[in-house]
Amino acid sequence: MDRIPILKMGRFLLVTIQVDMHDEMAMTLQEDLTSRIVTDRAQGVLIDISSLEIVDSFIGRMIGNIAGMARLLDAETVLVGMRPAVAITLVELGMSLAGVRTALNVDKGMLMLQHAQREKSA
Amino acid sequence: MEVIKDASAPIQSSADVVRVRQMVREWAVGLGFSLVDQTKMVTAASELARNAYEHGGGGTVRLESINNASRRGLRLTFSDQGAGIADVEQALKDGFTTGSGLGLGLGGAKRLVNDFAIDSTPGQGTRVTIVRWRSA
Repeated sequence: MDRIPILKMGRFLLVTIQVDMHDEMAMTLQEDLTSRIVTDRAQGVLIDISSLEIVDSFIGRMIGNIAGMARLLDAETVLVGMRPAVAITLVELGMSLAGVRTALNVDKGMLMLQHAQREKSA
Repeated sequence: MEVIKDASAPIQSSADVVRVRQMVREWAVGLGFSLVDQTKMVTAASELARNAYEHGGGGTVRLESINNASRRGLRLTFSDQGAGIADVEQALKDGFTTGSGLGLGLGGAKRLVNDFAIDSTPGQGTRVTIVRWRSA
């Protein structure tokens, strides 16, 4: 498999990264996701990385880019499921993903997106 | 220092970078590294393998399980025959990059390991050696 599937759940897109991605695959995901935000008129993106055993600077940058691009396209991004060892390593690597919202799991991430959307329409 | 086991692997594609991560994970597990130590070593290996592939035009990695008097560790040596690094000190600084990245690779990898050595000759290539020791 050389593409990460993107699922539509109501007004949100869900991406579950379950493979150790090589760099081209990460770039493809970034492009696929930005197109899907527009074609599906998505208002939020949930990225589940609970299966990822490592996040290095390349994948970290890709996640930050997705969040930035989604914001420009009027969609919120929430990163969910980061493993504790990955969080420790990322911070030591020098990458704290400051611009990316996070939640512990998919359920909490989904609540966060719904809440953000309610605030926007209020 | 005693080398208990060693192997080499090519780094000629981004799929090879993934394979290097998987090999380093297996070896770190075999040495009894904690999950956090495994993750740090695999992440450092990923950064250095990508450097060898992208900036060094491809290279190799040598894996060695090592023993000294009191502890066991994993030593990785990344070699390429690329352009080399003119100013190593600058290349180790966070934010320094000649590519499209954030420039966290080399300095970040250094922070994730116990020992770090770099030997680079402009025009001839770069060799980076890292060691992580198993926590007691």
